[in-house]
Amino acid sequence: MSANRLSEEISPWYQLSTSNGASSIKLTGHYTLIALDQELLKVASRLKYFATQSELHWDLTNIQQMDHAGAVLIWRAWGKQYPSRLSIRPDQEKLFVHLEKAHPAPKSERRDLLWPVLTLGRRFFLFWDHLLGIITLSGQVLLDILYLIRHPRQIPFREISANLFRTGAQALGITALVGFLIGIVLSYLTSEQLHTFGADVFIINILGMSIIRELGPMLAAILVAGRSGSSMTAQLGVMRVTEELDALTVMGIPHSLRLVLPKIIALGIAMPLVVLWTSAVALLGGILAADLQIGLNFNYALSSLPDAVPVANLWIGLGKGVVCGMTIALIACHFGLRIKPNTESLGEGTTNSVVTSITAVILIDAIFAVVFSNVGLKIPR
Amino acid sequence: MNDMGEDRVIEIEGLYTRFGSHEIHQDISLSVYRGEVLTLVGGSGSGKTTLLRQMLGLETPVQGNIKIFGYSRYDCNLELLRSLRNRSGVLFQQGALFSALTVYDNIALPMRELHCLDDEMIRDLVMLKLDMVDVDPQHANKRPAELSGGMIKRVALARALALDPELLFLDEPTAGLDPGLSESFVELIQTLRQELTLTIVMVTHDLDTLAAISSRIAVLADQRLVGLGQLQEIIRIDHPFIKDFFLGERGRNALRHLVPPS
Repeated sequence: MSANRLSEEISPWYQLSTSNGASSIKLTGHYTLIALDQELLKVASRLKYFATQSELHWDLTNIQQMDHAGAVLIWRAWGKQYPSRLSIRPDQEKLFVHLEKAHPAPKSERRDLLWPVLTLGRRFFLFWDHLLGIITLSGQVLLDILYLIRHPRQIPFREISANLFRTGAQALGITALVGFLIGIVLSYLTSEQLHTFGADVFIINILGMSIIRELGPMLAAILVAGRSGSSMTAQLGVMRVTEELDALTVMGIPHSLRLVLPKIIALGIAMPLVVLWTSAVALLGGILAADLQIGLNFNYALSSLPDAVPVANLWIGLGKGVVCGMTIALIACHFGLRIKPNTESLGEGTTNSVVTSITAVILIDAIFAVVFSNVGLKIPR
Repeated sequence: MNDMGEDRVIEIEGLYTRFGSHEIHQDISLSVYRGEVLTLVGGSGSGKTTLLRQMLGLETPVQGNIKIFGYSRYDCNLELLRSLRNRSGVLFQQGALFSALTVYDNIALPMRELHCLDDEMIRDLVMLKLDMVDVDPQHANKRPAELSGGMIKRVALARALALDPELLFLDEPTAGLDPGLSESFVELIQTLRQELTLTIVMVTHDLDTLAAISSRIAVLADQRLVGLGQLQEIIRIDHPFIKDFFLGERGRNALRHLVPPS
């Protein structure tokens, strides 16, 4: 029955014919990936269907060109074994010999039933590993500082100044823009509220306190963590990929002394300055907005600022700047040095570095808030 | 396919390349015929790699035309360009394997991009390619970072051959391999040539590789093509670079069956 149904078919890829009761299929044309293109799956399913006929004679000698894809297509149609009746050219046979002894693809690892526990455990150990790494690195940097105190001629001034320029001077634009806008927003929102209570004058207290003690340092730290932290991690990561770190090691130049220490010191110096700058611009923005909104006199605002905000707040802000700056650089270097020489690790390392340093910055802020809760909050009468 | 381009896979006509005021190529014309292995040689900075990149369409010459399979690189539509790309494979010097993907996925990527193969077929094809380049299937799930230099070259070759290309570009195929490995790599390429109908354009500094598989050699020096032909013809050309390259100490060693000892 089925042989009768098969007897008529002709297509560019095969000719099915029946003579003397025996049916045969003659494959024709180019069995190549380029030629088959979109027809491939259609041809494959038809051939698979024909292969169910065990008595069918397969004639492959008329195929003009056959490549691996074509051979795999035919081989799969046969169910990965030679049909009983087959005509084939020797050059085609070579391709099938490869297929015959081809190995099955190894299975990718299966998920264990305990995977939530394992993942959690692995996360914990990874966290522990990072913590140890950061502590080790900071210890190493401390030893380097002691070494440099004894050998002051080896202090890497050049690297420190280059890093100062890159992380400090070049960050002035973006921190000014963000600080100015935040100052305006803060002043705009609070001045209206204060106006309803007739407490317009206290805008100075609110702006001064929040910006100098809290917003200025935090804005600067988060911007620098995103801007300079990521570039430090990426720089060290690329140096790992291009084997520059290894080159330094074999020259006897320690990474921590020449790469990590200058970054930490430079950011420790640059950060409080950037904080000062950001706070100043944010205050300027806030006072300007208050001037427009509730007619606060600019000169009056400036002159009453020292009375409204105790100077201890400025020192706390600058202190946060120093600590945050050094922490950001330390975390960035830690993640940079751990990057493995491949592209995925580079991206992952940079992301982790930025996320971790922003989290660390906010943690530091919280610690400062608790430790200095009694300092600089009371207005002197 | 047009008859004109039937036996010429690549045609380069009157090619000029300049980087700023620095002239790299002057009036280079060259054809690559179906089924042959053309080797580009030349000193460092002679523009071999630039010429190869121009054939691949990664760089554009200042003047001149490059035709691949009879179609010009520079005035064809996107679809044609895509099909031209699918008909040629490239083995980069460092392998250029995607480090984020496993060996298996690296080879499967060009096949998946075609969108006309199902997963089962891709799996069989990938294992076939790995088998052809003599890579053990147990390495299929490894990342390129875990492989040795020789292995990376083999996997990169498997990826270059993923779509069964007619035209294969090899950039320094044996650079960075030890003599034993590079010999077996050359053997591998020769076997592949016998099994598949391949046209190969190769850049190499390695005289052993060059002598083993080239059908013709193109010598680039002084911004020009100073020699084009079979090895026996090339070594008779009187040019300082050719004398230096083929007839120096190393050259004599590699070509001792061709060059009489002086």
